[in-house]
Amino acid sequence: MIENRDIVVVGAGPAGLAASIEAGRAGADVLLIDLNMKPGGQLFKQIHKFFGSSAHRSGTRGYDIGLQLLKEAEKAGVEIWLQSTVMGVFPGNLIGIEKGTDAGEKELVTLKAKKIIVATGASENVVRFKGWTIPGVMGAGAAQTMINVNHVRPGRKIVMLGSGNVGLIVSYQLMQAGCDVVALIEAAPKIGGYAVHAAKIRRAGVPIYTKHTIVEAIPGEDKTVSKVVIAEVDDKFQPIPGTEETIEADTVTIGAGLKPALDIVKLAKCDLTFNGPFGGFIPLHNEKMETSKEGIYAAGDATGVEEANTALEEGKIAGISAAESLGLISSDKAEAEREEIWKRLTALRMGPFGERRLKEKENVLHEYKEKIGAPSEWN
Amino acid sequence: MCLRVEDHVILDVDKKGPKVTITVDGKVIEAYEGEPILAALLSSGIRINRYTVKKHEPRGIFCGIGQCSDCSMIVDGQPNVRTCITPVKAGMVIKTQDGLSKGESK
Repeated sequence: MIENRDIVVVGAGPAGLAASIEAGRAGADVLLIDLNMKPGGQLFKQIHKFFGSSAHRSGTRGYDIGLQLLKEAEKAGVEIWLQSTVMGVFPGNLIGIEKGTDAGEKELVTLKAKKIIVATGASENVVRFKGWTIPGVMGAGAAQTMINVNHVRPGRKIVMLGSGNVGLIVSYQLMQAGCDVVALIEAAPKIGGYAVHAAKIRRAGVPIYTKHTIVEAIPGEDKTVSKVVIAEVDDKFQPIPGTEETIEADTVTIGAGLKPALDIVKLAKCDLTFNGPFGGFIPLHNEKMETSKEGIYAAGDATGVEEANTALEEGKIAGISAAESLGLISSDKAEAEREEIWKRLTALRMGPFGERRLKEKENVLHEYKEKIGAPSEWN
Repeated sequence: MCLRVEDHVILDVDKKGPKVTITVDGKVIEAYEGEPILAALLSSGIRINRYTVKKHEPRGIFCGIGQCSDCSMIVDGQPNVRTCITPVKAGMVIKTQDGLSKGESK
Protein backbone atom coordinates (compact mmCIF):
# COMPACT_ATOMS: atom_id res chain seq x y z
CA MET A 1 0.00 0.00 0.00
CA ILE A 2 1.30 3.45 -0.87
CA GLU A 3 1.29 5.97 1.93
CA ASN A 4 -0.27 9.36 1.20
CA ARG A 5 1.12 12.66 2.42
CA ASP A 6 -0.02 16.25 2.02
CA ILE A 7 3.44 17.67 1.50
CA VAL A 8 6.83 16.02 1.14
CA VAL A 9 9.80 18.38 1.55
CA VAL A 10 13.17 17.19 0.24
CA GLY A 11 16.15 18.62 2.11
CA ALA A 12 16.20 19.69 5.78
CA GLY A 13 18.40 22.78 5.44
CA PRO A 14 17.12 26.31 6.11
CA ALA A 15 14.77 26.38 3.09
CA GLY A 16 13.29 22.92 3.73
CA LEU A 17 12.88 23.51 7.47
CA ALA A 18 11.23 26.91 6.93
CA ALA A 19 8.87 25.46 4.31
CA SER A 20 7.95 22.54 6.58
CA ILE A 21 7.31 24.82 9.57
CA GLU A 22 4.98 27.12 7.61
CA ALA A 23 3.05 24.24 6.05
CA GLY A 24 2.91 22.32 9.33
CA ARG A 25 1.59 25.35 11.20
CA ALA A 26 -1.15 25.71 8.59
CA GLY A 27 -2.26 22.18 9.43
CA ALA A 28 -0.67 20.22 6.59
CA ASP A 29 0.65 16.71 7.16
CA VAL A 30 4.33 17.33 6.35
CA LEU A 31 7.12 14.82 5.85
CA LEU A 32 10.65 16.24 5.65
CA ILE A 33 13.35 14.01 4.17
CA ASP A 34 17.14 14.37 4.43
CA LEU A 35 20.03 12.04 3.59
CA ASN A 36 22.27 13.28 6.39
CA MET A 37 22.62 11.99 9.95
CA LYS A 38 21.23 15.25 11.37
CA PRO A 39 18.81 17.89 10.07
CA GLY A 40 19.84 21.53 9.56
CA GLY A 41 21.72 21.25 6.26
CA GLN A 42 24.77 23.47 6.25
CA LEU A 43 23.51 25.70 9.11
CA PHE A 44 25.34 23.71 11.76
CA LYS A 45 28.70 24.44 10.23
CA GLN A 46 28.08 28.21 10.20
CA ILE A 47 29.69 29.16 13.49
CA HIS A 48 30.13 32.83 12.59
CA LYS A 49 27.55 35.49 13.38
CA PHE A 50 25.12 36.37 10.61
CA PHE A 51 24.81 39.87 9.11
CA GLY A 52 21.65 41.82 8.32
CA SER A 53 18.75 43.14 10.35
CA SER A 54 17.31 41.79 13.59
CA ALA A 55 14.39 40.38 11.53
CA HIS A 56 17.05 38.13 10.02
CA ARG A 57 18.68 37.19 13.30
CA SER A 58 21.85 39.21 12.70
CA GLY A 59 24.47 38.56 15.35
CA THR A 60 23.20 35.01 15.77
CA ARG A 61 25.41 32.09 14.81
CA GLY A 62 24.16 29.71 12.12
CA TYR A 63 23.98 26.69 14.39
CA ASP A 64 21.79 28.56 16.90
CA ILE A 65 19.41 29.39 14.05
CA GLY A 66 19.44 25.69 13.18
CA LEU A 67 18.49 24.70 16.73
CA GLN A 68 15.65 27.26 16.77
CA LEU A 69 14.28 25.92 13.48
CA LEU A 70 14.39 22.32 14.69
CA LYS A 71 12.34 23.27 17.76
CA GLU A 72 9.80 25.13 15.64
CA ALA A 73 9.54 22.19 13.22
CA GLU A 74 8.84 19.84 16.10
CA LYS A 75 6.15 22.19 17.45
CA ALA A 76 4.56 22.41 13.99
CA GLY A 77 4.22 18.61 13.95
CA VAL A 78 6.66 18.04 11.08
CA GLU A 79 7.80 14.44 10.70
CA ILE A 80 11.50 14.14 9.78
CA TRP A 81 13.11 11.11 8.13
CA LEU A 82 16.90 11.27 8.34
CA GLN A 83 19.41 9.08 6.49
CA SER A 84 16.79 8.86 3.78
CA THR A 85 17.51 9.57 0.12
CA VAL A 86 14.94 10.42 -2.52
CA MET A 87 15.82 8.05 -5.37
CA GLY A 88 13.15 9.09 -7.82
CA VAL A 89 10.03 11.12 -8.46
CA PHE A 90 7.35 10.01 -10.90
CA PRO A 91 4.21 11.46 -12.54
CA GLY A 92 1.39 11.74 -10.05
CA ASN A 93 3.90 12.94 -7.44
CA LEU A 94 5.05 9.46 -6.50
CA ILE A 95 8.32 9.55 -4.57
CA GLY A 96 10.75 6.65 -4.18
CA ILE A 97 12.80 6.84 -0.99
CA GLU A 98 15.69 4.76 0.30
CA LYS A 99 15.70 4.67 4.10
CA GLY A 100 18.69 3.60 6.19
CA THR A 101 22.47 3.91 6.14
CA ASP A 102 24.85 2.44 3.55
CA ALA A 103 26.18 0.08 6.22
CA GLY A 104 22.82 -1.05 7.58
CA GLU A 105 19.70 -2.61 6.19
CA LYS A 106 18.02 -0.43 3.62
CA GLU A 107 14.33 -0.16 2.93
CA LEU A 108 12.65 1.20 -0.18
CA VAL A 109 9.49 3.19 0.41
CA THR A 110 7.13 4.71 -2.13
CA LEU A 111 4.97 7.65 -1.10
CA LYS A 112 2.38 9.74 -2.86
CA ALA A 113 2.48 13.44 -2.07
CA LYS A 114 -0.11 16.05 -2.93
CA LYS A 115 2.68 18.64 -3.09
CA ILE A 116 6.48 18.36 -3.29
CA ILE A 117 8.88 21.06 -2.11
CA VAL A 118 12.41 20.69 -3.44
CA ALA A 119 14.97 22.25 -1.08
CA THR A 120 18.02 20.25 -2.08
CA GLY A 121 20.56 23.05 -1.75
CA ALA A 122 23.78 23.17 -3.73
CA SER A 123 27.05 21.34 -4.26
CA GLU A 124 30.59 22.68 -4.39
CA ASN A 125 32.35 23.56 -7.63
CA VAL A 126 35.81 22.17 -8.26
CA VAL A 127 38.92 23.58 -9.92
CA ARG A 128 40.84 21.04 -11.95
CA PHE A 129 44.62 21.24 -11.65
CA LYS A 130 47.15 18.43 -11.87
CA GLY A 131 46.64 16.24 -8.83
CA TRP A 132 43.20 17.60 -7.90
CA THR A 133 41.89 14.10 -7.23
CA ILE A 134 44.55 12.93 -4.77
CA PRO A 135 43.60 12.55 -1.10
CA GLY A 136 44.09 15.82 0.74
CA VAL A 137 42.41 17.93 -1.96
CA MET A 138 38.82 18.67 -0.96
CA GLY A 139 35.99 21.18 -1.05
CA ALA A 140 36.23 24.08 1.39
CA GLY A 141 32.79 23.06 2.62
CA ALA A 142 34.02 19.53 3.26
CA ALA A 143 36.82 20.90 5.45
CA GLN A 144 34.31 23.15 7.23
CA THR A 145 32.05 20.18 7.95
CA MET A 146 34.96 18.23 9.43
CA ILE A 147 36.12 20.97 11.81
CA ASN A 148 32.83 22.57 12.84
CA VAL A 149 30.46 19.60 12.85
CA ASN A 150 32.74 16.62 13.47
CA HIS A 151 35.49 18.47 15.36
CA VAL A 152 38.25 16.81 13.36
CA ARG A 153 40.91 18.62 11.35
CA PRO A 154 41.21 17.48 7.71
CA GLY A 155 44.96 18.18 7.82
CA ARG A 156 47.56 20.43 9.43
CA LYS A 157 48.86 22.77 6.72
CA ILE A 158 46.19 24.11 4.43
CA VAL A 159 46.29 25.93 1.10
CA MET A 160 42.94 27.59 0.41
CA LEU A 161 41.99 28.20 -3.22
CA GLY A 162 39.41 30.98 -3.67
CA SER A 163 38.85 34.19 -1.74
CA GLY A 164 35.07 34.45 -1.89
CA ASN A 165 33.22 34.49 1.42
CA VAL A 166 33.44 30.69 1.72
CA GLY A 167 37.22 30.73 1.18
CA LEU A 168 37.70 33.57 3.66
CA ILE A 169 35.35 32.32 6.39
CA VAL A 170 36.54 28.72 6.20
CA SER A 171 40.19 29.83 6.29
CA TYR A 172 39.51 31.65 9.54
CA GLN A 173 37.53 28.76 10.98
CA LEU A 174 40.33 26.33 10.06
CA MET A 175 42.67 28.51 12.12
CA GLN A 176 40.16 28.53 15.01
CA ALA A 177 40.25 24.72 14.85
CA GLY A 178 44.03 24.71 15.14
CA CYS A 179 45.09 24.30 11.49
CA ASP A 180 47.80 26.35 9.87
CA VAL A 181 46.54 28.14 6.74
CA VAL A 182 49.76 28.58 4.80
CA ALA A 183 48.37 30.39 1.74
CA LEU A 184 45.19 31.85 0.30
CA ILE A 185 45.19 31.73 -3.50
CA GLU A 186 42.94 33.89 -5.72
CA ALA A 187 43.05 34.08 -9.53
CA ALA A 188 41.37 37.50 -9.69
CA PRO A 189 43.39 40.67 -8.98
CA LYS A 190 41.28 41.38 -5.88
CA ILE A 191 39.80 39.45 -2.97
CA GLY A 192 36.27 38.28 -3.81
CA GLY A 193 34.47 38.26 -0.45
CA TYR A 194 33.58 40.84 2.18
CA ALA A 195 36.41 43.03 3.51
CA VAL A 196 35.40 42.24 7.11
CA HIS A 197 36.19 38.55 6.58
CA ALA A 198 39.37 39.27 4.59
CA ALA A 199 40.64 41.56 7.36
CA LYS A 200 40.58 38.71 9.89
CA ILE A 201 42.76 36.61 7.59
CA ARG A 202 45.15 39.50 6.97
CA ARG A 203 45.47 40.23 10.69
CA ALA A 204 46.32 36.58 11.33
CA GLY A 205 49.19 36.92 8.87
CA VAL A 206 48.03 34.46 6.21
CA PRO A 207 49.92 35.10 2.96
CA ILE A 208 47.40 36.11 0.29
CA TYR A 209 48.31 35.49 -3.34
CA THR A 210 45.98 37.36 -5.71
CA LYS A 211 46.46 36.83 -9.49
CA HIS A 212 47.66 33.30 -8.66
CA THR A 213 46.38 29.79 -9.13
CA ILE A 214 47.32 26.24 -8.17
CA VAL A 215 49.25 24.46 -10.91
CA GLU A 216 49.74 21.14 -9.20
CA ALA A 217 49.22 19.21 -5.98
CA ILE A 218 52.11 16.79 -5.50
CA PRO A 219 51.65 13.57 -3.51
CA GLY A 220 54.24 12.42 -0.99
CA GLU A 221 55.28 8.89 -0.09
CA ASP A 222 51.92 8.30 1.59
CA LYS A 223 50.16 9.14 -1.74
CA THR A 224 48.41 12.18 -0.21
CA VAL A 225 49.17 15.88 -0.71
CA SER A 226 52.64 16.95 0.43
CA LYS A 227 53.45 19.94 -1.78
CA VAL A 228 51.45 22.51 -3.71
CA VAL A 229 52.82 24.38 -6.73
CA ILE A 230 51.30 27.80 -7.38
CA ALA A 231 51.96 30.29 -10.18
CA GLU A 232 51.02 33.80 -11.19
CA VAL A 233 48.31 34.10 -13.85
CA ASP A 234 47.97 36.48 -16.79
CA ASP A 235 44.86 38.51 -17.69
CA LYS A 236 43.29 35.38 -19.15
CA PHE A 237 43.91 33.43 -15.93
CA GLN A 238 46.63 31.31 -17.58
CA PRO A 239 49.70 30.43 -15.44
CA ILE A 240 52.81 32.42 -16.41
CA PRO A 241 55.78 30.04 -16.91
CA GLY A 242 58.70 30.78 -14.62
CA THR A 243 56.58 32.20 -11.79
CA GLU A 244 56.02 28.84 -10.05
CA GLU A 245 56.48 28.60 -6.30
CA THR A 246 56.29 25.45 -4.17
CA ILE A 247 54.51 25.43 -0.82
CA GLU A 248 54.73 22.67 1.81
CA ALA A 249 51.16 21.64 2.67
CA ASP A 250 49.16 18.48 3.34
CA THR A 251 45.73 19.80 2.37
CA VAL A 252 44.18 21.86 -0.42
CA THR A 253 40.67 23.24 0.10
CA ILE A 254 38.75 24.54 -2.90
CA GLY A 255 36.32 27.41 -2.35
CA ALA A 256 35.25 28.06 -5.92
CA GLY A 257 31.55 28.62 -5.47
CA LEU A 258 28.51 26.38 -5.54
CA LYS A 259 25.97 25.15 -8.04
CA PRO A 260 22.30 24.34 -7.41
CA ALA A 261 21.47 20.65 -6.85
CA LEU A 262 19.02 19.90 -9.65
CA ASP A 263 18.59 16.11 -9.55
CA ILE A 264 14.97 16.15 -8.43
CA VAL A 265 13.69 19.07 -10.49
CA LYS A 266 15.28 17.42 -13.53
CA LEU A 267 13.56 14.10 -12.77
CA ALA A 268 10.29 16.02 -12.51
CA LYS A 269 11.05 17.62 -15.91
CA CYS A 270 10.72 21.14 -14.49
CA ASP A 271 11.76 23.85 -16.98
CA LEU A 272 15.25 25.19 -16.26
CA THR A 273 17.04 28.40 -17.14
CA PHE A 274 20.75 29.22 -17.10
CA ASN A 275 21.77 31.95 -14.69
CA GLY A 276 25.48 32.60 -14.07
CA PRO A 277 25.19 34.74 -10.93
CA PHE A 278 22.94 32.08 -9.33
CA GLY A 279 25.51 29.35 -9.99
CA GLY A 280 24.31 27.72 -13.24
CA PHE A 281 21.05 26.06 -14.25
CA ILE A 282 18.09 26.70 -11.95
CA PRO A 283 14.41 25.72 -12.11
CA LEU A 284 12.17 28.51 -13.40
CA HIS A 285 9.68 29.48 -10.71
CA ASN A 286 6.99 32.07 -10.01
CA GLU A 287 6.47 34.33 -6.98
CA LYS A 288 4.89 31.36 -5.16
CA MET A 289 8.13 29.39 -5.67
CA GLU A 290 6.13 26.96 -7.84
CA THR A 291 8.07 25.43 -10.74
CA SER A 292 6.71 24.84 -14.24
CA LYS A 293 5.07 21.68 -12.87
CA GLU A 294 1.91 22.10 -10.85
CA GLY A 295 2.38 21.20 -7.19
CA ILE A 296 6.17 21.05 -7.35
CA TYR A 297 7.83 23.90 -5.52
CA ALA A 298 11.52 24.76 -5.11
CA ALA A 299 13.31 27.03 -2.65
CA GLY A 300 16.70 28.02 -1.31
CA ASP A 301 20.03 27.38 -3.01
CA ALA A 302 18.31 24.87 -5.32
CA THR A 303 16.72 27.89 -7.06
CA GLY A 304 19.95 29.91 -7.17
CA VAL A 305 22.89 29.97 -4.78
CA GLU A 306 22.53 32.76 -2.21
CA GLU A 307 22.69 32.46 1.57
CA ALA A 308 20.84 31.00 4.54
CA ASN A 309 18.51 33.95 5.14
CA THR A 310 17.26 34.13 1.56
CA ALA A 311 16.82 30.35 1.64
CA LEU A 312 14.73 30.65 4.82
CA GLU A 313 12.48 33.30 3.31
CA GLU A 314 12.01 31.44 0.03
CA GLY A 315 11.27 28.29 1.99
CA LYS A 316 8.53 30.11 3.91
CA ILE A 317 6.96 31.22 0.62
CA ALA A 318 7.01 27.66 -0.72
CA GLY A 319 5.46 26.29 2.49
CA ILE A 320 2.72 28.94 2.58
CA SER A 321 1.93 28.52 -1.13
CA ALA A 322 1.75 24.71 -0.91
CA ALA A 323 -0.58 25.00 2.12
CA GLU A 324 -2.65 27.57 0.22
CA SER A 325 -3.08 25.26 -2.75
CA LEU A 326 -4.31 22.54 -0.36
CA GLY A 327 -6.96 24.98 0.92
CA LEU A 328 -5.37 25.26 4.36
CA ILE A 329 -4.64 28.99 4.10
CA SER A 330 -6.95 31.52 2.46
CA SER A 331 -5.62 33.13 -0.72
CA ASP A 332 -5.91 36.58 0.83
CA LYS A 333 -3.80 35.60 3.82
CA ALA A 334 -1.24 33.76 1.70
CA GLU A 335 -0.96 36.69 -0.69
CA ALA A 336 -0.45 39.16 2.17
CA GLU A 337 2.24 36.97 3.76
CA ARG A 338 4.04 36.47 0.45
CA GLU A 339 4.06 40.22 -0.10
CA GLU A 340 5.73 40.77 3.28
CA ILE A 341 8.31 38.05 2.62
CA TRP A 342 9.20 39.40 -0.82
CA LYS A 343 9.78 42.81 0.83
CA ARG A 344 12.18 41.17 3.30
CA LEU A 345 13.90 39.34 0.44
CA THR A 346 14.40 42.67 -1.34
CA ALA A 347 15.98 44.05 1.84
CA LEU A 348 18.33 41.05 1.95
CA ARG A 349 19.30 41.52 -1.70
CA MET A 350 20.93 44.91 -1.15
CA GLY A 351 24.49 46.15 -1.39
CA PRO A 352 27.06 45.53 -4.11
CA PHE A 353 26.64 41.73 -3.97
CA GLY A 354 22.89 41.66 -3.38
CA GLU A 355 21.63 44.07 -6.02
CA ARG A 356 22.74 41.85 -8.84
CA ARG A 357 20.83 38.93 -7.28
CA LEU A 358 17.75 41.13 -6.86
CA LYS A 359 17.81 41.93 -10.58
CA GLU A 360 18.47 38.30 -11.55
CA LYS A 361 15.57 37.10 -9.38
CA GLU A 362 13.29 39.58 -11.12
CA ASN A 363 14.54 38.24 -14.46
CA VAL A 364 13.73 34.66 -13.40
CA LEU A 365 10.18 35.62 -12.35
CA HIS A 366 9.76 37.55 -15.61
CA GLU A 367 11.03 34.63 -17.71
CA TYR A 368 8.53 32.35 -15.94
CA LYS A 369 5.66 34.69 -16.85
CA GLU A 370 6.79 34.92 -20.48
CA LYS A 371 7.62 31.27 -21.10
CA ILE A 372 5.36 29.33 -18.75
CA GLY A 373 2.60 31.60 -17.46
CA ALA A 374 0.84 29.00 -15.36
CA PRO A 375 2.25 25.66 -14.14
CA SER A 376 1.10 22.59 -16.03
CA GLU A 377 0.20 19.10 -14.86
CA TRP A 378 2.99 16.57 -14.87
CA ASN A 379 2.15 13.74 -17.29
CA MET B 1 49.06 11.88 15.57
CA CYS B 2 45.61 13.00 16.65
CA LEU B 3 43.77 15.56 14.58
CA ARG B 4 40.81 16.07 16.91
CA VAL B 5 39.90 19.69 17.54
CA GLU B 6 40.67 20.52 21.16
CA ASP B 7 39.87 23.82 22.89
CA HIS B 8 37.67 25.87 20.62
CA VAL B 9 36.60 29.49 21.22
CA ILE B 10 33.02 28.86 20.07
CA LEU B 11 32.29 25.15 19.81
CA ASP B 12 31.75 22.71 22.63
CA VAL B 13 34.11 20.02 21.37
CA ASP B 14 33.86 17.85 24.47
CA LYS B 15 30.28 16.79 23.72
CA LYS B 16 30.84 13.35 22.17
CA GLY B 17 29.32 9.88 22.11
CA PRO B 18 30.87 7.01 24.10
CA LYS B 19 34.47 6.15 23.22
CA VAL B 20 34.73 2.87 21.31
CA THR B 21 37.21 1.08 19.07
CA ILE B 22 36.93 0.12 15.41
CA THR B 23 39.28 -1.89 13.20
CA VAL B 24 40.65 -0.36 10.02
CA ASP B 25 42.62 -2.68 7.71
CA GLY B 26 43.49 -4.77 10.73
CA LYS B 27 44.55 -1.85 12.93
CA VAL B 28 42.49 -0.90 15.98
CA ILE B 29 41.73 2.82 16.34
CA GLU B 30 39.68 4.89 18.77
CA ALA B 31 36.40 6.45 17.68
CA TYR B 32 33.30 8.01 19.20
CA GLU B 33 30.03 6.22 18.67
CA GLY B 34 27.68 8.14 16.37
CA GLU B 35 30.32 10.27 14.66
CA PRO B 36 30.81 9.69 10.91
CA ILE B 37 33.29 6.86 10.26
CA LEU B 38 35.27 9.29 8.10
CA ALA B 39 35.82 11.65 11.06
CA ALA B 40 37.28 8.84 13.16
CA LEU B 41 39.62 7.88 10.31
CA LEU B 42 40.81 11.46 9.75
CA SER B 43 41.44 11.91 13.46
CA SER B 44 43.86 8.98 13.26
CA GLY B 45 45.52 10.37 10.15
CA ILE B 46 43.96 7.83 7.76
CA ARG B 47 43.36 9.74 4.54
CA ILE B 48 42.92 7.10 1.83
CA ASN B 49 39.49 5.47 1.70
CA ARG B 50 39.47 3.69 -1.63
CA TYR B 51 41.29 3.06 -4.92
CA THR B 52 39.63 3.78 -8.29
CA VAL B 53 38.44 1.00 -10.60
CA LYS B 54 40.45 1.65 -13.77
CA LYS B 55 43.61 3.49 -12.78
CA HIS B 56 43.90 2.30 -9.21
CA GLU B 57 44.32 5.85 -7.92
CA PRO B 58 43.81 6.68 -4.23
CA ARG B 59 40.81 8.76 -3.14
CA GLY B 60 39.88 10.42 0.14
CA ILE B 61 37.38 12.92 1.56
CA PHE B 62 36.19 15.31 -1.12
CA CYS B 63 32.65 16.60 -0.41
CA GLY B 64 32.13 15.35 3.14
CA ILE B 65 28.32 15.37 2.80
CA GLY B 66 27.36 12.18 0.99
CA GLN B 67 27.37 13.47 -2.58
CA CYS B 68 30.64 12.41 -4.24
CA SER B 69 31.23 8.87 -2.84
CA ASP B 70 35.04 9.31 -2.85
CA CYS B 71 35.15 8.20 0.81
CA SER B 72 33.44 4.84 0.11
CA MET B 73 34.87 1.85 2.01
CA ILE B 74 33.99 -1.71 2.98
CA VAL B 75 32.20 -1.65 6.34
CA ASP B 76 31.40 -4.95 8.06
CA GLY B 77 31.66 -6.69 4.71
CA GLN B 78 29.41 -4.21 2.92
CA PRO B 79 31.15 -2.34 0.05
CA ASN B 80 30.42 1.20 -1.22
CA VAL B 81 29.59 2.62 2.19
CA ARG B 82 29.90 6.42 2.20
CA THR B 83 31.88 6.85 5.40
CA CYS B 84 31.09 10.58 5.69
CA ILE B 85 27.39 9.94 6.34
CA THR B 86 27.55 6.58 8.09
CA PRO B 87 27.83 6.64 11.89
CA VAL B 88 30.39 4.67 13.90
CA LYS B 89 29.21 1.66 15.88
CA ALA B 90 31.44 -0.12 18.41
CA GLY B 91 33.54 -2.90 16.89
CA MET B 92 32.99 -2.01 13.23
CA VAL B 93 35.43 -3.66 10.84
CA ILE B 94 36.45 -1.29 8.06
CA LYS B 95 38.58 -1.96 5.00
CA THR B 96 40.03 0.21 2.26
CA GLN B 97 38.01 -0.47 -0.88
CA ASP B 98 39.76 -1.52 -4.09
CA GLY B 99 37.74 -0.78 -7.22
CA LEU B 100 34.04 -1.62 -7.12
CA SER B 101 34.64 -4.50 -4.67
CA LYS B 102 32.21 -7.32 -4.28
CA GLY B 103 32.39 -7.07 -0.51
CA GLU B 104 32.29 -10.14 1.66
CA SER B 105 29.61 -12.28 3.14
CA LYS B 106 28.87 -11.28 6.71
